[in-house]
Amino acid sequence: MDINAWTALLAATIVAGTPILFAAAGELLAERSGILNLGVEGMMLVGAALGFIVTVNTGNHWVGLLAALAGGGSMAAIHALVTVSLRGNQVVSGLALTIFGSGLSGFLGKNYQGIPMNYGFKSLDLPVLSDLPYLGAVFFRHDILVYFSVILALFMWYLLYKTKWGLAIRSVGENPQAADAVGIDVSRIRYLCTIAGGMLAGLGGAYISLVYAPTWQENMTAGRGWIAVALVIFALWNPTRAVLGAYLFGGVEALTFRLQTMGINLSSFFLAMFPYLVTILVLVVVTIRRRQDAGAPQALSVAYDREER
Amino acid sequence: MKRTPVIEMKGISKRFPGVIANDKISFRVYPGEIHALLGENGAGKSTLMSILAGLYRPDNGIIKVQGRAVKLDSPRKALEAGIGMIYQHFRLVDNFTVAENIVLGAPKSPSKINREQMETETRRVSQSYGLTINPGARVHQLSLGEQQRVEIIKMLYRGCEVLIMDEPTTVLTPGEVKELFEILRAMSRQGKSIVLITHKLNEVMEIADYVTVLRRGRVVGEDRIENLDEGRLTRMMVAREVAYSQVKRDKSVGQVVLSVDRLKVQGDLGYLAVKQASFDLRQGEIMAIAGVAGNGQKELVEALVGIRSSVSGTVEYQGEEINHLNVRERISLGINMVPEDRIGTGLVPNLSIIDNSILRNYYKEEFFTGFFLNYKKVRRYTEGIVDKYNVYFSDLKHPVNYLSGGNLQKLLLGREIEQKPRVLLASYPVRGLDVAAAEDIYGLLLKERDKGTAILLVLEDLEDIFRIADRVAVMYQGSISGILEVNKTSIDEIGSLMVGAQLTGVENG
Repeated sequence: MDINAWTALLAATIVAGTPILFAAAGELLAERSGILNLGVEGMMLVGAALGFIVTVNTGNHWVGLLAALAGGGSMAAIHALVTVSLRGNQVVSGLALTIFGSGLSGFLGKNYQGIPMNYGFKSLDLPVLSDLPYLGAVFFRHDILVYFSVILALFMWYLLYKTKWGLAIRSVGENPQAADAVGIDVSRIRYLCTIAGGMLAGLGGAYISLVYAPTWQENMTAGRGWIAVALVIFALWNPTRAVLGAYLFGGVEALTFRLQTMGINLSSFFLAMFPYLVTILVLVVVTIRRRQDAGAPQALSVAYDREER
Repeated sequence: MKRTPVIEMKGISKRFPGVIANDKISFRVYPGEIHALLGENGAGKSTLMSILAGLYRPDNGIIKVQGRAVKLDSPRKALEAGIGMIYQHFRLVDNFTVAENIVLGAPKSPSKINREQMETETRRVSQSYGLTINPGARVHQLSLGEQQRVEIIKMLYRGCEVLIMDEPTTVLTPGEVKELFEILRAMSRQGKSIVLITHKLNEVMEIADYVTVLRRGRVVGEDRIENLDEGRLTRMMVAREVAYSQVKRDKSVGQVVLSVDRLKVQGDLGYLAVKQASFDLRQGEIMAIAGVAGNGQKELVEALVGIRSSVSGTVEYQGEEINHLNVRERISLGINMVPEDRIGTGLVPNLSIIDNSILRNYYKEEFFTGFFLNYKKVRRYTEGIVDKYNVYFSDLKHPVNYLSGGNLQKLLLGREIEQKPRVLLASYPVRGLDVAAAEDIYGLLLKERDKGTAILLVLEDLEDIFRIADRVAVMYQGSISGILEVNKTSIDEIGSLMVGAQLTGVENG
């Protein structure tokens, strides 16, 4: 492989990692507040379908993006209602959301299957940076959403670790009793984080149907939602590590395509296993090391009831 | 001159399913007052204060703060009104630092977190009341006494005028109790009011200015401390004379049943929780383990019953080493345990009384018909236990978490005693029980002792130790720092061993 093939592969890696990064960042935010949402795959699918349909009908991909945000956010709101207000089981609700989202997106997109789309995000070349040799091609000739996803992850890190709101979010995920006792509104924070997380999952889905593979196909997210859930664990609930993880998993995906076009027959099943395999390994390592402050939020997936005795 | 109370509660009622926790209670606190709220467990003290702290909403009644009626429907509202509560289980985020816990949720803290500034603030508040704390330490690294200090600083940082403390001395060493009382007096001198929820009379007499006594959800008496004595307070609390059964100490203890030699046990956090434990336990004696919670008692007991493996050292049962035996093998030898958390480790909360009663021996042939459990037989067995041990229940098929603490403990203890143990280990068997239930439990234990069972009790209340135990082993930081005959020691001596004094250095008398 010559150097240009390498830069092309790395650039493809970043594009492939972007939808995963959006979804993982959203899930990370929700989990930091103590809400496990296994509906990411479903929310991404609804985001992908709505984003595509609305863009085709309005001719404006920004409006499509808004629809995807609204779709993912509304689905997450259902999850928040069930798990925060009604204190339902988070795993069950999340799984139901995924199945529901898969069906709903298939239904909505029935008449849009395979339609080509001519709108979408153009790559946004940055002055000077784009012209850097190799680096420019890898990092700085992407569409605006790629840049936004990285800024978002960094912003989320700043929010969680450097602001009092982040302190509040983390405290709700660690010990809601303690947060409540100092006057933090546990339910409100959990609602906000879950809904914002759903919006980001919707955005990740729309990135797939508008940019990555501009079309609509049933179940086109192909398990990326689950990779995002795994990625949150892989990143140990830290947004900056999520960026690296997203590109690692994105790289595997890009490599799969590349190898296939080159006629190398590495089983695609093996590569599909890879993200989960890595996640299991990370879990094993983390558990062995048992660092108190590096694990999952302690109240993850535990409902909070103030008057429980 | 009539002062305005800082807190005035009038006609407060609160019902929980099946119980009236508070029944038209009126309660008043004045500025600078240390006010004890006294009563047995279940008298409604914590409920009343949780209402004041905004955690529970009252069904009826009004609350006035500094003369103005307020609606305290969330902890935030209560904090804004200057009322802070420190719960028995501290509400701190373990993975956060001290300073992070203190600024958490405080309206005046800046949006951007600045570690140094946060820690300086913490130091400033803590020093003004003479509280020492390391602001950069993570809460899970602190002792319970230090964690309590963090809670106090947290409330002071928020500018609370009224501080409610729920059973604050339970987790403290005698020395730490003295320090806490000094801090409370300093706060009271600066005009802060303190409400102490407690059932310990000696502490009330020592620190309180004013006492309100609750029984079964009602106020049954209140007065200034000068007009009261322990006898009157006891009568108000329990409304009957509690006849503490006189405990006879039988001098004729039998032979050694359980012998522990230089046992080391790993704790959950990876360091040695038990560093050095050696003792003999004889037939027909009760040996108490005294110590502040978290000094290795839990790990020691778990290692003896086989839940936790030991790092080195030996455990011998009637002269034979049993280190390698698992829990069931030890049970069949007659080593039984009543664990610290009776619901959770001891009993399965959502299983029925019937199911729980055979958890230890469900595999025994007596319960089976062929391949299947025979519930008629099981039921008869359960009925035997609840009759014999006076477990009060509505239906044997109901989950045990509907039972009260005393009944849970009688069921649990009864289940273990029915196994005919040779060695019985019990941790905090009367924790959270009212006086009558505690007497029942101690009665059962003494009866077991008289039958010749060797009993090891982990206890927190020194007075209980002196009443029921024959010998006492004191644990401090994972080591047994002394084993004493209860007849030949004093509360002071044990108290100083509990905080690390050496036996040889202690002058007796």
